[in-house]
Amino acid sequence: MSKDPTTHEDAELKAISQGLHALHDAVLEEPVPERLVAPLRARHSRWRRAALAAVWIALGLGVGAAVGWELHAWRSVVLPQVEVPGFVKRAAVAHAVYSPEVRHPVEVGADQEQHLVAWLSKRLGTPLRAPHLEGVGYFLVGGRLLPGESGPVAHFMYQCKQGTRLTLYVRANQAGNNESAFRYIAEGNVKVFYWIDRKLGYALSSADITRDDLLKVANAAYQQLNP
Amino acid sequence: MSDADAIVTLIPRLRRYARALCAERVAADDLVQDTLERAWSKFHLYRRGTDLRAWLFTVMHNVHVNQVRAARPAAPLDEGLPELAQPARELDGLVLRDLDGAIRGLSPDQREVLLLVALEDMSYDEAAGALGIPIGTVMSRLARAREKLRGVLSGLPPGGGKQLKVVK
Repeated sequence: MSKDPTTHEDAELKAISQGLHALHDAVLEEPVPERLVAPLRARHSRWRRAALAAVWIALGLGVGAAVGWELHAWRSVVLPQVEVPGFVKRAAVAHAVYSPEVRHPVEVGADQEQHLVAWLSKRLGTPLRAPHLEGVGYFLVGGRLLPGESGPVAHFMYQCKQGTRLTLYVRANQAGNNESAFRYIAEGNVKVFYWIDRKLGYALSSADITRDDLLKVANAAYQQLNP
Repeated sequence: MSDADAIVTLIPRLRRYARALCAERVAADDLVQDTLERAWSKFHLYRRGTDLRAWLFTVMHNVHVNQVRAARPAAPLDEGLPELAQPARELDGLVLRDLDGAIRGLSPDQREVLLLVALEDMSYDEAAGALGIPIGTVMSRLARAREKLRGVLSGLPPGGGKQLKVVK
């Protein structure tokens, strides 16, 4: 983003900026209330509706009432919704598949953590980190490479003393420059917190701990991944 | 990514700005909700390929001017201090509180310019675009805002350094 040189080198403004971030950045990590997302689900924008009407007309599906009826029928069936990114579902499946694994839960164990991270970084084409979650009771078991929607993804596994496992699924995000708040979804019995930060999408999954406990771990991971 | 998804990913940024602009959490989220409703109903006016974030900030500015600012005076200084972000604990909480109070004491015009530049990291040009005012006006409002904050700033750490988290 272009900045005026005057603002760039201005220590006073920088101090104000730091203060403002310290005061207000916390909100970026709060879950977005449902009522804010609701307007976007409620209906198509007029632009979309106009385009849609044009398509129906172009297809020759009728005039007047017929078009109106088709539109009505279409909208009642396919209401737009905020889609869960595809990688989140894949993450939930990967968790369900690998976390119960007794003999081969990971490809490369935590004893070779450096190698694991270097390898996965290389395959994803971007520097990765396996967050250290000992502070919230989870230890790295290791990780593996998995096929994602359009390329390799990294899959890290963690475990607590009682043997409960979490997995962190990381994919490189082609779209770039996105960011999102924490979002939560339950896929079957797998709970997932996911977020997107610049080039990477993260999904932290568990089947065996509460949503709140999972959020604690997600926060800890987020803090480390976004220093 | 669908239009709706693209907007959803920007909601946290809109909330942060609204939280800095309004004193109360609920009022801030009301502003975000009104902004999203308006943006979505007027989405045909958004020019594809242009910066969606800047467009949403323009919509929020207009909603704010029309509804909130006209309706009530500037918020009291001691109300609704937001929770501090984790790293803020390393800064003096009292200094931050003073800064927050001082910013809330600015005129709405000055506060908006200051927040767009110092919190949202917009260039003067982008801020001028978002607010629909000349760039010279951005600069003069910013200068006046900073003058008013100067007393508080002596307590803040010098620019640069320190491990404040900056989420871009």
